[in-house]
Amino acid sequence: MSAVLAAEGVGRVLPGEIPVTLVQDVTVAVERGEFAVIMGPSGSGKSSLLYLLGLLDTPTSGRVLLEGQDTSGFGEDELASTRLRKLGFVFQFHFLLAEFSVLDNVLLPVRRLGELAEDAARQRAETLLDQFGLRDHRHKRPHQISGGQRQRAAIARALANDPSVILADEPTGNLDTQSGANVRQILRDLTHDFGKAVIAVTHDLTFAKAADRQIGIVDGRIDPGWRM
Amino acid sequence: MSIQLGIAVTHLVNRKRPTLVSLVGIVLGVAFFLAVSSLMRGSERDFIKRLIDNSPHITVSDEYRNPRVQPAALRWPEGAVEVRRVKPLNEVRGIRGHAQKLAFIESLPGLRVAPVLTGSVVLAFAGRTQGVTLTGAVPSQMKRVSTIGEKLIEGSLDALASNPNGLIVGVGLAKKFSLRMGSVVNVASAANEARALKVVGIFRTGGASYDETQTFVSLKRAQNLLDRTNRINRFIIQLDDPYRARDAAALIENRTGYKSVSWLEASEDLMSVLLVRNIIMYSVVSAILVVAAFGIYNTISTIVMEKTHDIAILKSMGFHARDVRRIFLAEGIMLGAIGSVMGVLVGLGLMGVLGQVSFKPPGATQVVNLPLYWGFEQYLLAAGFAMISAVGASYLPARKAGRVQPVAILRGMG
Repeated sequence: MSAVLAAEGVGRVLPGEIPVTLVQDVTVAVERGEFAVIMGPSGSGKSSLLYLLGLLDTPTSGRVLLEGQDTSGFGEDELASTRLRKLGFVFQFHFLLAEFSVLDNVLLPVRRLGELAEDAARQRAETLLDQFGLRDHRHKRPHQISGGQRQRAAIARALANDPSVILADEPTGNLDTQSGANVRQILRDLTHDFGKAVIAVTHDLTFAKAADRQIGIVDGRIDPGWRM
Repeated sequence: MSIQLGIAVTHLVNRKRPTLVSLVGIVLGVAFFLAVSSLMRGSERDFIKRLIDNSPHITVSDEYRNPRVQPAALRWPEGAVEVRRVKPLNEVRGIRGHAQKLAFIESLPGLRVAPVLTGSVVLAFAGRTQGVTLTGAVPSQMKRVSTIGEKLIEGSLDALASNPNGLIVGVGLAKKFSLRMGSVVNVASAANEARALKVVGIFRTGGASYDETQTFVSLKRAQNLLDRTNRINRFIIQLDDPYRARDAAALIENRTGYKSVSWLEASEDLMSVLLVRNIIMYSVVSAILVVAAFGIYNTISTIVMEKTHDIAILKSMGFHARDVRRIFLAEGIMLGAIGSVMGVLVGLGLMGVLGQVSFKPPGATQVVNLPLYWGFEQYLLAAGFAMISAVGASYLPARKAGRVQPVAILRGMG
């Protein structure tokens, strides 16, 4: 298997009178079909590393490679276009747009990419919602469905442009046990059945145990001896 | 519909009250812009129409714009010449070779011309005397270049042709001297000529000074009274297109040598006053729209603040900064466009109501309506200014939205 997403000596320092080091000298690679979790104490730099891997933030040292391509020379627009095509994000809170229906939320990235005709785009979004058991809720607004359903809708939105990597930041952190298990299973199925790479930040041990690999991070550095 | 436009529409539709308040601001701004512009431009056009109708478009007089260079100055251009005991020639003034000059002016297209002789005389009646301006003209020619025939409330201009001793006076003079149709008055000139003339017409122009000091006789009678046989001292010219007067006057002056003054030149001070008035008017009505634009700025700024998390999510999803900017610019454009269309409709309604207003100004005999201008360009101007204000008002919040850093927001959310 080949690394779909890799960080090579990545560091991130916030400038200021007293520079703050978020991440330093991180080298990590995730392969297609792999489900990896990033764990560590609060403030250890888990989310910062996820944002760097997700091209939401740019490293101050090192480089991030996506599908073998070095992204360090990318401008803001190129980074955005890469996120749109190749990466999907799921956050702790669903962050669906409140004024849009569930279907329209899933359609947002597809419409922005603009490669599918409207009918085909709707077909794709409805198929995704069907897979996640949300077909009957597709015309509802986010506030009209449960927390678990919203998080599933958020995963459907992350998958809308068929990305190769899903990045999740505490995806079960705001869900009850049953919904959390549901989301966990969906992410696992995405890696095993659909060959997606999933990288998730979590504090949830049950969630972490379901992953193929656990990456520990302490004080912004990978901890090779990390144990759950 | 593009995704950006879809999001923009959703933002506005879901914030009905602030959207409505912003729209009302633009609608009222455009409507008042139109109402005020229509009234001001209408009154300006009415004023200019009166100016054009009541005065010659071009007056050619027996004067030179610049004094002619004297022979001695031509002979010794660098010298200081003093010629003593020079007695100016006592010549009979008037336009020399007026028949040829009249023929030239008449050959020009799109104009009508009448030769007249104007001078000062003293009018005496029932022990009262007053200096007045006497204009001698051929009635048939005068009718083509002047509206004086239409201003006659009694008698007619043609009476001057049928009665060589006929005199037409203004209503102010008639009232002052207690003159009626058929009254006979004595008219004397500085050339020691005097004649009894009979009132055959009374006019009212509305200009008090003109109605008290202007009189008309036939051209022949004026030439006799002013002792200028076969002379005229003015050409009065009317043009089919009054706004061509400046060019036509320059051409005539160039060819005849005599001073030709267009109505635009004669009314230059008034035209500058009108220009200043327009600048003030458009500044004030534009200020209304600028104030209305603050409503749009406020609405869109609030949406940007409320939607910072959504913007961060859209950008994390792959939306570019320009996509985000376009969302909020589209909101401004939509508010401006809808506000402009509705504002034009409300403005038309307001103009319709103003058009119905009629009143009688103090001293006037007729009821008048407010003069309104319905020209298309003012709608474009109002809508255009509203659009510029709306886009300007949405630009700053749109730029701010485009600069949102998703990581900064997502960290805050976590």
